[in-house]
Amino acid sequence: MIFKGKVWKFGDNIDTDAIIPARYLTTSDPQELAAYCMEDADPDFVKKMTKGDIILGGENFGCGSSREHAPISIKAAGVSCVIAKSFARIFYRNAFNMGLPIFESKELFDAIQEGKEITVDSSRGTITITESDKIFKIDSIPPFMEELIADGGLMKHIARKREKNHGK
Amino acid sequence: MGNTITEKILMAHAGLKKIQPGDLINAKVDIALGNDVTAPIAINEFIKAGGGKVFNKNKIALVLDHFTPNKDINSAQQCKKVREFALKQKITHFYEGGNVGVEHALLPEKGIVLPGDLIIGADSHTCTYGALGAFATGVGSTDLAAAMMTGEIWLKVPQSIKFIIYGKLRKWVSGKDLILNIIGRIGVDGALYQAMEFTGETISRMPMADRFSMANMAIEAGAKNGIFAADAVTKEYVKARAKRDYKTYSSDADAVYTDIIEINAAKIEPQVAFPHLPSNVKGISKAGKVRIDQSLIGSCTNGRIEDLRIAARILKNRKAASHVRLIVVPATPEIYRQSLKEGLLDIFMKAGAIISPPSCGACLGGHLGILAEGEKAVATTNRNFVGRMGHPKSEVYLASPAVAAASAVLGRIASPEEL
Ligand code: SF4
Repeated sequence: MIFKGKVWKFGDNIDTDAIIPARYLTTSDPQELAAYCMEDADPDFVKKMTKGDIILGGENFGCGSSREHAPISIKAAGVSCVIAKSFARIFYRNAFNMGLPIFESKELFDAIQEGKEITVDSSRGTITITESDKIFKIDSIPPFMEELIADGGLMKHIARKREKNHGK
Repeated sequence: MGNTITEKILMAHAGLKKIQPGDLINAKVDIALGNDVTAPIAINEFIKAGGGKVFNKNKIALVLDHFTPNKDINSAQQCKKVREFALKQKITHFYEGGNVGVEHALLPEKGIVLPGDLIIGADSHTCTYGALGAFATGVGSTDLAAAMMTGEIWLKVPQSIKFIIYGKLRKWVSGKDLILNIIGRIGVDGALYQAMEFTGETISRMPMADRFSMANMAIEAGAKNGIFAADAVTKEYVKARAKRDYKTYSSDADAVYTDIIEINAAKIEPQVAFPHLPSNVKGISKAGKVRIDQSLIGSCTNGRIEDLRIAARILKNRKAASHVRLIVVPATPEIYRQSLKEGLLDIFMKAGAIISPPSCGACLGGHLGILAEGEKAVATTNRNFVGRMGHPKSEVYLASPAVAAASAVLGRIASPEEL
């Protein structure tokens, strides 16, 4: 998969309350949640970004609650993928389970300014900064997680496995 | 090489003879939990995938505790969706209305979660049940949907950090202070992806309520789970509650840890986590003069009967400062009734407190005690992120029930010693 877009930088420990505040959790409608994406970290984020843009976080991105509303709102807002130095574990599994592509890179954050364009090539495992042609490696994903992404998330993965067992 | 308690529970539930950190396993689930915020998404996924019948109606718990009593039309709709699903699927452990309590206080109290269990919950504080000697971890709604269908969960076996805690706790110092101190030391990602195992003589003497508070906040250090080996204290707690068999595990002497951290608990004073991270911890003597607008005593961290007794001891014959809204939230109906019986509610009301029904309420900025712009609250909860209890420009200070009660009286963050 290839993702190309401008990066929006956020710091360390961006928590799920900043991604989607609890005051909006009385709905699970993706479009409604998208309208408030990142509101308590940057109230203008949704207005500023364009479809396909990329969120770039520091350490421990997505810490806090287990709310899947967080990756849902990011995905529905049109963000193509999230890159961070590291992810909090529930956010990490939620993103894979629901098909929001996320990548870990320790170096990119400090090497790029907000608003610059990058290209992520997940099959080659690289991130390229358009302006400077600088290339960064993304940490590899365990094979099982690749399978999840290829199947389109956990529920589709389970359905596919069930079909296979049925066929036997 | 030996195994940790976490590895042993995972091994047993994955049907494996060998396991090591980093392995991706498929494990059988004893209890899968959802609430009124996370279950609706799980139910949608379950139905979309043609879920049919749940894998086992006795192994799913659905607790409507976050925006209840229904805060608005949207939250009422969410609860309705879960209720209809629970009734249709004949879910045994479905709680709402007058039966509902804050999930992580309710499930152990009812004996639904037991030592040796593997518990997943679409709520990050599911790690609370580690206090019982169970493997318990928070997951997302899609995980819950998958577990309700298959009875299984994919997990990466975590590495473990061992905390050896010794020394006698000082007066007014509790498990809450200990865990805040630990998070202050290691940071909000200090145990990322790992298990936090708590041992030592201080722990052996520690009552279950304090162990629950500690395991509850393992997630605030980024941990996958917090765990205490089940001992005589655990068995005493579980005795009257368990309705099925359970198994206890302990770590081998030659189990492998990424780190072993020793802590002298006798040196710790009451702790306060300043905004806006649970790791932003100071001893109460260094807190300075922080004027507060609200004091919240409750939540899955500190809304148990033991917590309310401590608060009542401090609030007896005293009054909350006139500019402070004191809110007390007994975490479950049983705790509510017990507080009534013991006269605690009377003490709270005489102190000018608002007694809330069991609910998550203000803890997550849902309802029943939201903060305005610029307001500050001391709370016995577990998170103080930006906007957690209301306006993005409000502030939350995390502390024990003793500190929250003393602060309510003095109108600023204060130690009970100052009264
Ligand atoms: S009391 Fe607070 S932390 Fe606990 S489950 Fe409810 S919202 Fe979450």
